[in-house]
Amino acid sequence: CQLFGYVGIEAVLDQMKIKTMKTGFEFNIMVVGQSGLGKSTMVNTLFKSKVSRKASQPGQEERIPKTVQLQSVTHVIEEKGVKMKLTVTDTPGFGDQINNENCWDPIIKYINEQYERYLREEIVITRKRKIPDTRVHGCVYFVPPTGHWLRPLDLEFMRRLSRIVNVVPVIAKADTLTLEERAEFKQRIQEDLKTHAISVYPQEDFDQDLDDRALNDRIREKIPFAVVGADQEHQVN
Amino acid sequence: QGEGCRTVPLSGHVGFDSLPDQLVNKSVNHGFCFNILCVGETGLGKSTLMDTLFNTKFEGDPASHSQPGVQLKSNTYDLQESNVNLKLTIVSTVGFGDQINKEDSYKPIVEFIDAQFEAYLQEELKIKRVLHNYHDTRIHACLYFIAPTGHSLKSLDLVTMKKLDSKVNIIPIIAKSDAISKSELTKFKIKITSELVSNGVQIYQFPTDDESVAEINGTMNAHLPFAVIGSTEELKIGNKMMKARQYPWGTVQVENEAHCDFVKLREMLIRVNMEDLREQTHTRHYELYRRCKLEEMGFKDTDPDSKPFSLQETYEAKRNEFLGELQKKEEAMRQMFVQRVKEKEAELKEAEKELHEKFDRLKKLHQDEKKKLEDKKKSLDDELNAFKQRKTAAELLQSQAQQAGGSQTLKRDKERK
Repeated sequence: CQLFGYVGIEAVLDQMKIKTMKTGFEFNIMVVGQSGLGKSTMVNTLFKSKVSRKASQPGQEERIPKTVQLQSVTHVIEEKGVKMKLTVTDTPGFGDQINNENCWDPIIKYINEQYERYLREEIVITRKRKIPDTRVHGCVYFVPPTGHWLRPLDLEFMRRLSRIVNVVPVIAKADTLTLEERAEFKQRIQEDLKTHAISVYPQEDFDQDLDDRALNDRIREKIPFAVVGADQEHQVN
Repeated sequence: QGEGCRTVPLSGHVGFDSLPDQLVNKSVNHGFCFNILCVGETGLGKSTLMDTLFNTKFEGDPASHSQPGVQLKSNTYDLQESNVNLKLTIVSTVGFGDQINKEDSYKPIVEFIDAQFEAYLQEELKIKRVLHNYHDTRIHACLYFIAPTGHSLKSLDLVTMKKLDSKVNIIPIIAKSDAISKSELTKFKIKITSELVSNGVQIYQFPTDDESVAEINGTMNAHLPFAVIGSTEELKIGNKMMKARQYPWGTVQVENEAHCDFVKLREMLIRVNMEDLREQTHTRHYELYRRCKLEEMGFKDTDPDSKPFSLQETYEAKRNEFLGELQKKEEAMRQMFVQRVKEKEAELKEAEKELHEKFDRLKKLHQDEKKKLEDKKKSLDDELNAFKQRKTAAELLQSQAQQAGGSQTLKRDKERK
């Protein structure tokens, strides 16, 4: 139908914005990788504040646990009126044992437990107005900067987890690779992922339209992201 | 906040302040749905008001007054304004208030609203569901058109609104309000509001919890029901073209707030509270429907020991119950089958026995007959033999007699001679 004059339908966008800002957001990310790859530093750098597990236990001596533990830490951060409840789940002990078989099991169990919890709330007769969302929205997987290929552990983990959660692979401590090494490493990883049919975020199946696909393709060219974390400030220039 | 999580200060710009925009953009790409239900007697200007509200011409001819029952006519339109795509569905009652007996007039409306809830519930309960692509047909706002009598609400109005108030957001409006004078209008509004309150009808209240809209919504709540006029005709007033209605004694301007509350209605319905109407429909009216429906189907949240039930367990229990019943039925059927077979078998055996007996009887009969026949044959044969003998004897006698007779005749002839 043709509108012959201004109606004001677009005001609904602002209405929606105000409502979402009032309810706030919940964001849950998980960081997975061997110890020493800079996971906590990375998370602190990303959110420009001390949100990682280490931040809430300052000064404790870090011991590598015998089995994979999952530790979640929740903080509320606010920016320009937007409140976000950020939960960072760390996985100390992952990939640190001599025998790492099935080290992904506790992680998969945790993720499924959160889905289960949400489902239970959703199918209750008298539902809560806002169901607390503890589901893991993204899992950042830290690949050690070997420069060669993905290790069997990396492949196994990503293969299993990309089926149930958004996996974002990153090359940790990428400042130890030269630019050429980095480019080659990325290339090999991309090939590896394709060969093993591992579908990382953003998944091609979820591209909504051509614009979306174009945008996501540009992102996919850069996967895995080579990152460096630093939570201390120094003067530059 | 809560559950012991601290607020952490940020030492720089992170960028998640764009989250609301991300959400809004996603919705924009997806499109919005908004569904309005217009309830009111025929001729109160429902279609015209919709045309006026959305500044367009929706198709449709005016309905007749001779409908046998109340029906609902639904039309969906795609509207676009700047970058917002709105899928607008307008549902109108047809024939409301035209019948002689209006006792059941509200029923088709309630059934329609429930049907939309049901469709959504079905989709939500599906195992493989596509809720994000689901075309939401649930009614977000119900505009109730009150006839401009100037006195009070009709009992049909009260009854209908009472049946609808727990299912949909009701916004009562006084239709064709150019038929009421200003003083009458004030009295009319007060009467209507007090009647609604005394009958416990819950109409939609514009939300006042958010500071940005609390003030305007608060004032608007006091102006309910809105006295509206609809018109798509444009007349030149002063040096502007405006939507108006021309009478011999003057002109009524639709968008003049001194003339009617049309602008207020548009502000409230579209520009300020559209999102809240959608949210209330989903979180209040739909949840109520869902709860009632699930409880009706026999699902509970807590069992007699007050331990929380999971829907899965209930499903399993029901499923097992159902399977158990099926099994019982199957057993019963099997038993019956076996029984029938036995009976039939017995019957057949009986029949077979009878047949055998019959056969034996017949055989015996046959043998008897045969014997009789043979006896008879024998006796006949004997007779025949006897006869033959007699015949032979008789012939012999005859021939002897002839000889003797011949000789006798000769003798007689001799004697005669």
